[in-house]
Amino acid sequence: MSLKISIIGGGVAGLCVARELVDRGADITLYERGDGVGKHACSWWAGGMLAPYCEGETAEDIVVQLGLKAADWWQKSVKKGIKSGQKGAEKAQKVQKNGTLVVSLARDHADLERFTRRTRCFTRVGADEIGRLEPDLKDRFSKGLFFESEAHLSPREVMTTLRELLVFEGVKFIRDEVEPELIAKDGLTIDCRGLAAKDSLADLRGVKGEMLMLSCLDVSISRPIRLLHPRIPIYIVPRGDGIYMLGATMIESSGGKYATARSVLELLSAAYALNPAFGEAEILEIGVDSRPAYPDNIPRLTRDGNIISINGLYRHGFLLAPAMAQMVAAHIFENKSLEMKHEYSA
Amino acid sequence: MMRKFYGTELSNGLMLGTAQYPSPAILADAFERSGAAVATVSLRRESGKDKAGQDFWEMIQRLGVRVLPNTAGCHTVKEAVTTAHMAREIFGTKWIKLEVIGEEDLLHPDVFGLVEAARILSEDGFEVFPYCTEDLVVADRLLNVGCEVLMPWGAPIGSGQGLNNLFGLRALRAHFSDVPLVIDAGLGLPSHAAQAMELGFDAVLLNTAVAKAGSPALMAEAFGLAVKAGQMAALADPMEKRDMAAPSTPVIGKAFLT
Repeated sequence: MSLKISIIGGGVAGLCVARELVDRGADITLYERGDGVGKHACSWWAGGMLAPYCEGETAEDIVVQLGLKAADWWQKSVKKGIKSGQKGAEKAQKVQKNGTLVVSLARDHADLERFTRRTRCFTRVGADEIGRLEPDLKDRFSKGLFFESEAHLSPREVMTTLRELLVFEGVKFIRDEVEPELIAKDGLTIDCRGLAAKDSLADLRGVKGEMLMLSCLDVSISRPIRLLHPRIPIYIVPRGDGIYMLGATMIESSGGKYATARSVLELLSAAYALNPAFGEAEILEIGVDSRPAYPDNIPRLTRDGNIISINGLYRHGFLLAPAMAQMVAAHIFENKSLEMKHEYSA
Repeated sequence: MMRKFYGTELSNGLMLGTAQYPSPAILADAFERSGAAVATVSLRRESGKDKAGQDFWEMIQRLGVRVLPNTAGCHTVKEAVTTAHMAREIFGTKWIKLEVIGEEDLLHPDVFGLVEAARILSEDGFEVFPYCTEDLVVADRLLNVGCEVLMPWGAPIGSGQGLNNLFGLRALRAHFSDVPLVIDAGLGLPSHAAQAMELGFDAVLLNTAVAKAGSPALMAEAFGLAVKAGQMAALADPMEKRDMAAPSTPVIGKAFLT
């Protein structure tokens, strides 16, 4: 008889853990707050950049290390969905491995120099190369960095595909907000609730993020672009079909249902700086949510009796959830420690 | 003797900002290693609403240093006054670093708005630390409306250029010899901080130079040492500069080597 495990939380962490545990033959029940993949999880608003080297500018080395194999993990997981004919899987197939381009306006070249010093695995690119990589940015930037090995995905499509595949494989999804302590009486429970677990995880805090979804058929960009800026580093991630995700602010605040006018202005003016044609873009969505983070902005795996909790993925949900999920699986099935180690890279 | 800030004597002259660190844990480390006496915290209006920034502020308060809330990013008198009130409620302090920005490229203080906001807040019982330029007349006006501390810039915020107008800063120090003066903004290196202290300023306030360093905690410690060195040098009464060499041993009567 297979091991029964409950997972609480249907965001990116919960789904990745379910994937790893199902692969090891566990019998999974997953409790989710909302109806399927949706706005109740902060991963709904994620950028979906799998950019460990770029994140290394400010993130600790372990974040870079654990994130290195994320793109392969997602590609493999989504492919399974395509094979079993899950609808939407074709679109979600787009775990695109075509790199990240980092640029800055001339007045902020000092920030580009700093980014160069703090990161690795890139090539320096000039105006010609930038124009070749992204024709719609031609002649707009004289210097940049190209991180060729990085990738991106569409969070919503990918999570939907993953969830459908898990349903197909027999994972029971139950819509209910449950307390881990109650569920854990019946067996091993993985708490993947993110900020909702704040009451039991004292150090956890929220970091507010704001993002926009734009539709702009006049601009064609094929890979994530990071525009450096001394105060608000901004990125734009193509979702295909002229849709772009523009993010994201980082504000030390756990509340706020709404984006501020200032944040929206700053995000939009960055898009406009990339290409003035974004001025004609339609704003499809303004998204706001808080990411769960620990004081060192590094995720943690902890165990208290029958409850294992994964939390604090901060702005690195899609980048780190696969490695975290594998660590949980190795702990349960191979009795490995939950301590974060560098050698654990998916 | 260090001048007092609204009656408060600080253990040293380092004031450190709390924005832009890679993580709160690194921020805490930077404070510990620098020994900074004061932490400035800027309040985003939105985080003030419903106290949504509570987690971060509690972390700042746990640093165990004096908190100086900041109206960073305010462009109008009204905005700055509202933010100051919010800060007083949240942090339970009368201290407020007053920033009213008038120009976007250099983040130049709007000195007219600054004087007006300082007057309103001083009358309301606040102890105002105004972010100003080295302009003597503006400084005088700020003192007239109730400020007892001045915070002239070293260079534009976040520029890391050090002390841009040495002449102006010296004049300010000489002109207001009883007023506590803090060099706020524009410092990039510990040597800039040491220089400010050597000139007789009472403290320096910086953020980006530490937060954006590759190792913020190490840079914070370096600034802590530099402030201390500069402060000691000022107390030691430095020698005067002169145009010609002055031999430190007598020349007359010295044996010539052939």
